[in-house]
Amino acid sequence: MIEGLAALYIFLLAGFTGFEIISRVPVILHTPLMSGSNFVHGIVLVGAMIALGIAETTSQQVIGFIAVLLAAGNAVGGYVVTERMLEMFKTTGKQDKKGAHK
Amino acid sequence: MELIIQISYLLAAVLFILGLKQMSSPVTARRGIHWAGAGMVVATLVTFAAEEITGNEQAATNVMLIIIAIALGGGYAWYTGKRVAMTDMPQMIAMYNGMGGGAAAAIAAVELLKAQAAVQSGYASSVHDYLGADVAVLAILGAIIGTIAFSGSIIAWAKLDGRLNSSKLLPQQQLINLVLAVVLVILAINVYLSGSLNLIIAFFVLALVLGVFITVPVGGADMPVIISLFNALTGLAVGFEGYVLGNAAMIIAGTVVGSAGTLLTHLMAKAMNRSVSNVFFSGFGTGPAAAAAADVDGTQKEVQPQDAGIMMAYASQVIIIPGYGMAVAQAQHKIWELTQLLTEKGVKVKFAIHPVAGRMPGHMNVLLAEAGVPYDMIYDMEDINADFPNTTVTLVIGANDVVNPAAKKDPASPLYGMPTLNAEASQNVIVIKRGRGTGFSGVENSLFVADNTRMLFGDGQKVANELIQAVKEL
Repeated sequence: MIEGLAALYIFLLAGFTGFEIISRVPVILHTPLMSGSNFVHGIVLVGAMIALGIAETTSQQVIGFIAVLLAAGNAVGGYVVTERMLEMFKTTGKQDKKGAHK
Repeated sequence: MELIIQISYLLAAVLFILGLKQMSSPVTARRGIHWAGAGMVVATLVTFAAEEITGNEQAATNVMLIIIAIALGGGYAWYTGKRVAMTDMPQMIAMYNGMGGGAAAAIAAVELLKAQAAVQSGYASSVHDYLGADVAVLAILGAIIGTIAFSGSIIAWAKLDGRLNSSKLLPQQQLINLVLAVVLVILAINVYLSGSLNLIIAFFVLALVLGVFITVPVGGADMPVIISLFNALTGLAVGFEGYVLGNAAMIIAGTVVGSAGTLLTHLMAKAMNRSVSNVFFSGFGTGPAAAAAADVDGTQKEVQPQDAGIMMAYASQVIIIPGYGMAVAQAQHKIWELTQLLTEKGVKVKFAIHPVAGRMPGHMNVLLAEAGVPYDMIYDMEDINADFPNTTVTLVIGANDVVNPAAKKDPASPLYGMPTLNAEASQNVIVIKRGRGTGFSGVENSLFVADNTRMLFGDGQKVANELIQAVKEL
């Protein structure tokens, strides 16, 4: 279990990490990156599985089931769409140079 | 086992961060999504062994339910994600994002229901008594944010998918939203202090309604900002629910997305010269300024595709400005074919992309990449704006507001202050457009009636084809 101050540390450091990742991104990758980060919060699937796992009553199970259903949609859909977008950024020889963009 | 699970979560979090980092460069972007995907698989698999899932009586049933839910939700998303056309990508991102927000809210709902059951049986006196103050607060906050992101994203999807066109809902919408938000906060506090089922239900229903009410009035041109914001909000909700469940992977991944998404939202809003609050609290161009600036004198002059083809074939430099119209017409492949023909004739061709062209930043880059345009032919606005005076022909295909000179010249225009591409500075401008209507913002465009502008009316793909024929025949 992560509690109190330790969690605050994690929140802050993760927050700075997120800022750092985005701050130097060419516009060309904004949509794929939004899609990619959309995939990453698909980790909610793990929490949804636990929520359904600890469900005791039928109503909790129903809501837990919905949680897993939606979370799996987020994770899988986010991956498929991002992968399809990035598939198009195949490099062909001379395009390897990155100088054309900042 | 617990140690293995925790280490796997840590590994997943590291893979997510490294994956996102690699996604921020075109060369390594593909590897990035694969790494993040591997992290997701690892985290999901080890969770099946988690104490919370295996350690209770109904474990068999629940594990079965988990597998069924993953198969159904994942299968649906796999099917739709593979099938969706590249042009419809933005609304699918909105949809999947909404699902994530809904999942985070549902996790909170399960926690709140457990607390409610405990209160009812006299085991605890209230939600915060059962969950603990910190967990209760973050669970409820995550529930609000996740639910709003859920219903808001569904509305964003419906609007982008053309299923919902109305931007008007109720008179005094802003005021109503404000009142609803206050009521929602009061409800949230009461949920925290009590454990009443009715309160919990009312709380979720109101959050759903608020998400709808916030999103419906937002203009179509502002949709990318909204989707990005909901993406960040979902990340935040996931981070909060991660704390509720004591799950480090969720806290880290959710918070990283929350902050990265917030910055991305800010960058997008800035590119459109709009502040985020502006996007939410004022309908676009509804002020008196819109009416005052709507008058544009002059007539639009048409040109035949043959003549336009000749102009481009004998140009020294052609700049192509694509917009959402190109996406709708699926003309990107034809445009690339035309580009190759012109290049063979010794014409220097460049693509100029406005930061908010299309429905999302980078939307046009994705489409051009799909057609096979190498990304060193594609230029950002600030890199190419100085190049327009040296350009013989600028071809605008399906773009409108991003080339409207009024944004620079006319303080009365609702677009005033938005950075635009200097198409009007080039020697000739050819505009491919479906009809004579205004752009997404509903603002008239004085570029279309400029002396050096010629209009090519018709479907983008058809016109591009005619241009190809014209150039081939030379």
